[in-house]
Amino acid sequence: MNKHLLSINDLTAEGALEILNTASELAKISDGPMKKLPTLRGRTVVNLFFEDSTRTRISFESAAKRLSADVINFSAKGSSVSKGESLKDTAQTLQAMGADAVVIRHGASGAAQRLADSGWISASVINAGDGTHEHPTQALLDAYTIRSKFPEFRDNFSGLRVAIVGDILHSRVARSNVLLLTKLGAKVTLVAPPTLIPVGVTDWNVDVSYDLDSVAREVDVLMMLRVQSERMADSYFPSEREYSRGYGLDLDRLNSLKDSAIVMHPGPMNRGLEISAESADSHKSVVLAQVSNGVLVRMAVLYQLLGGAAFAGEVSA
Amino acid sequence: MATVLDAGEIGRALKRIAHEIIEHNHGLENVVLLGIPTRGAFLGERIAQFLNEIASPVPVGTLDITLHRDDLRLRPPRPLLPTLIPSSGIEGKDVVLVDDVLYSGRTIRAALDALGEIGRPKTVQLAVLVDRGHRQLPIRADYVGKNIPTAASESVKVHLSEIDGKDCVEIVAGA
Repeated sequence: MNKHLLSINDLTAEGALEILNTASELAKISDGPMKKLPTLRGRTVVNLFFEDSTRTRISFESAAKRLSADVINFSAKGSSVSKGESLKDTAQTLQAMGADAVVIRHGASGAAQRLADSGWISASVINAGDGTHEHPTQALLDAYTIRSKFPEFRDNFSGLRVAIVGDILHSRVARSNVLLLTKLGAKVTLVAPPTLIPVGVTDWNVDVSYDLDSVAREVDVLMMLRVQSERMADSYFPSEREYSRGYGLDLDRLNSLKDSAIVMHPGPMNRGLEISAESADSHKSVVLAQVSNGVLVRMAVLYQLLGGAAFAGEVSA
Repeated sequence: MATVLDAGEIGRALKRIAHEIIEHNHGLENVVLLGIPTRGAFLGERIAQFLNEIASPVPVGTLDITLHRDDLRLRPPRPLLPTLIPSSGIEGKDVVLVDDVLYSGRTIRAALDALGEIGRPKTVQLAVLVDRGHRQLPIRADYVGKNIPTAASESVKVHLSEIDGKDCVEIVAGA
């Protein structure tokens, strides 16, 4: 594995499966006998969050703590960022404090890459969401969740059908998931109103549909995305009601799914907009499993980045 | 390269260890075997099979110590191996750790740490197929298949039919 995890493109299919397998072993250990492992004792993980987050930050914090790392939480609110401190100065401060890994979430696409390439810090950088670009650990935990529900696709997703529904345009979760799921062999269909489909989608190796009803019947996994109102300066659809009618997962659509199908959502959910309360709480929904799997997958990522020698490239043997 | 144990000798050594475990613990009521993956896990299974033939079945599991190693930062990350604790648990049990080669003792130190996270066994004992010396920690084995004096530059290779297709122990001269 590389020193950083910035994009799903940093991983090969084998590398991604290795993270998932590590997470599976961690699940057996930490669901059972050992809650806390000494593996990263003495290492410092900084959560550098310039955007709001509930589950990602808590998930990384919990993952680092279960591996005995020290965790420093930094959120832009209440820090010197609100006094105008630049990313560079913030990063150099963290460097001076001896961070071994920086988990960064930032509103600007490419912020994680900038931090990794800048030479400002020597720590491993983990992208926890940069603008509308990528969120690789979310895609990994989604793949882990899919794999745990469909054991027949353990080492290969070929034959698995996934629909990603909703605000594709603004979704870093969708980008990372498309990259990872297609890398693992799944057939991915994007479903959204035309205004919320990105321009470059023809290069993505996916199908595109504007009709949720016809796609929903076919798929094994239905991944609903949050409508990201905070990134929508313009109006992309006439009204919330109309969006919900065309692209929301209501009870009728839920009942039209295959018996074995699962419903995913990266959270936070807009109940009543992209997903109805009945659907969110139905037995097909794996939203809470996604959250608990997130901790395991992030433990696996931290272990792979920090668990060995400084990083694989530095080791001669 | 010299073969120091062949298939027959490995079988006899493990059978003797099985007898010694019974003798030492005055029976098997409280005994749990935990093999350390990869090869220790197979040896644990084999000893359990002998114990079953001689006396009675015992719970047998595996204990991966990767996350407890003290040399993690000296090498690239290693893949994790399965940990499987028998449902009877280890609390108050006589736990016999099983590994293929006892060398520096660091693996066993890590295993003791890992055990401590799981529970509090009554006793912890150690069975190894080969003790090659060169300990770096105050650790010894209770049951030894064979003591093989080695130079630190040599390495001891244990081959087991489960994964290597044959049973033998070889000494390989160092580079």
